[in-house]
Amino acid sequence: MASGLRILVPVKRVIDYAIKPRINKAQTGVETAGVKHSLNPFDELSIEEAVRLRERKGPLKVENILALSAGGAKCADTLRTAMAMGADRAFHVDVPDSNDGGLEPLTIAKMLKEVVNKENINLVLLGKQAIDGDQGQTGQMLAGLLGWPQATQASKVDIKDDQGTVEVTHEVDGGVETLRAKLPLIITTDLRLNEPRYATLPNIMKAKKKPLEKKTLADFGVEDKKRLKTLKVTEPPARQGGGKVEDVDGLIGKLKELGAL
Amino acid sequence: MIPIARHSALRAVRSQLVPRAFNQSALARLLSTLAVLEQRDGKLQASSLSAIAAAQKLGGPVTAFVAGNGVKGTSAAEAAKIKGLDKVVAVDSEAYEKGLAENYAPLLVENIKKGEYTHIVGGHSAFGKSLLPRVAALLDVQQVSDITGIESEDTFVRPIYAGNAILTVQSSDPIKVLTVRGTAFQGVETEGGSAEIVEGVDPKAPAQTEWVSEELAKSERPDLGTASRVVSGGRGLKSKEEFDRVIVPLADTLGAAIGASRAAVDSGFADNSLQVGQTGKNVAPQLYLCAGISGAIQHLAGMKDSKVIAAINKDPDAPIFQVADVGLVGDLFEKVPELTEKLKSQA
Repeated sequence: MASGLRILVPVKRVIDYAIKPRINKAQTGVETAGVKHSLNPFDELSIEEAVRLRERKGPLKVENILALSAGGAKCADTLRTAMAMGADRAFHVDVPDSNDGGLEPLTIAKMLKEVVNKENINLVLLGKQAIDGDQGQTGQMLAGLLGWPQATQASKVDIKDDQGTVEVTHEVDGGVETLRAKLPLIITTDLRLNEPRYATLPNIMKAKKKPLEKKTLADFGVEDKKRLKTLKVTEPPARQGGGKVEDVDGLIGKLKELGAL
Repeated sequence: MIPIARHSALRAVRSQLVPRAFNQSALARLLSTLAVLEQRDGKLQASSLSAIAAAQKLGGPVTAFVAGNGVKGTSAAEAAKIKGLDKVVAVDSEAYEKGLAENYAPLLVENIKKGEYTHIVGGHSAFGKSLLPRVAALLDVQQVSDITGIESEDTFVRPIYAGNAILTVQSSDPIKVLTVRGTAFQGVETEGGSAEIVEGVDPKAPAQTEWVSEELAKSERPDLGTASRVVSGGRGLKSKEEFDRVIVPLADTLGAAIGASRAAVDSGFADNSLQVGQTGKNVAPQLYLCAGISGAIQHLAGMKDSKVIAAINKDPDAPIFQVADVGLVGDLFEKVPELTEKLKSQA
């Protein structure tokens, strides 16, 4: 049935995972200006897995890996990174920068559905969540809209045959579970799926020549309609460190005092 | 989509009646919540209770939904005893036993349409995370994930950026699909209720995925997500052998669940399912005692709502000490066994 894999890897540009985000004065969002951004860590894993599927030379050949990102002008850098890691081409869906968290997952899923149909995609690899919004919805929503099977929080992906049978081991509460499905398929990636490679300098140079097409939401017939309104963004209640004790007896004493023992 | 149109009409009326103030009596007439229960082998899972706790907080009548192999005699009956439920909708079918989203989502959508619920609530567990966004997309609504607070029927509080910011968000969707953080919604009375168990509709959507196998870490210990005490180890433990030698006896002595940092899990010291943090489990026990964990923001995201945090670390500048109620600077290979011994002799 499936002659080859045509993979879509949606990626997101987010504040770097090591940076502690700061809330703006107006309490409407997190300061993003002048803050280091990177590729969402889970999306790095999706690209890596797509590239490994090609390198593994399984029963199905990878025909094409399309990376896609929706956001402001700087998303282009994120997409170049994805191409330096091995994606063949990229779509940059231009959406003006805003500090309200960007497009909602449902909007993204609707857009991705159109991309999937137009580009004849049969495997979508997404991160299980973006580390800014922490919502963990887009992959499942896309699977629902397309009516495709889904395997969330994947830690192992195995293409079994040239008929497009795929076995995915995924993380569940208390352990792992293995599922079998047929292409087309949506997979979301978990941290243990693989160890993403670093883009080498020659590959970064090559990535500059790979095609990056600029698109708009209108190209896919989707509007940026918000269902959720941000009322406020605040600091979490601060925890005060209670200080240190000298020895184990002090530790036990303090814990008793605090009612924890 | 006729039910949805009716709900939006209701919404318009409601917003005139209740202009922002959280008017319980007016809401109770209009709001109707479906709590999606998670069951395994006929037993309700902890996430089910947090879904019900959140549903009850919304104020309107609460219906529970459960599906799986012969659930009417097992988990549905268990749910029917929970205090404050209107009824329990149950679908007995082997097809839903493993909770696969591909056929479970259409099943839920059909039952949501039939019951005309305004709110759908599930736990933010692996089951809820996989299922509910798919349900939301089929209903064409934007889900709100992992909520920790309910301010009104349309306004919810949730952590973003690994818990470094707290977002208050208002939904304009006619049906609110929510997943809830277990540690934030507790206190369901599991006895004293006598809800009626009613048959749900079963659209019998085809299963597109086949369940092959599972490997669950077996343990006699309290469940990490709901334990009142957690003992957690990190990279500082150096090996699986040391982790087992140092952390396990302390957990045994305290009757605690065992947790681990991502570094410890990645290095193979502990099972994946024990990871505490942004991408692992969220815990909020009475006591979180950790050793050899520096306190990266991703780890803090999963445990900083603990009532009392105690840390043992040899680095006095480790960020964990900024959140710990009590900190001990020292070599964990000496201090943890000493602590275990002293606690044992006091017990």
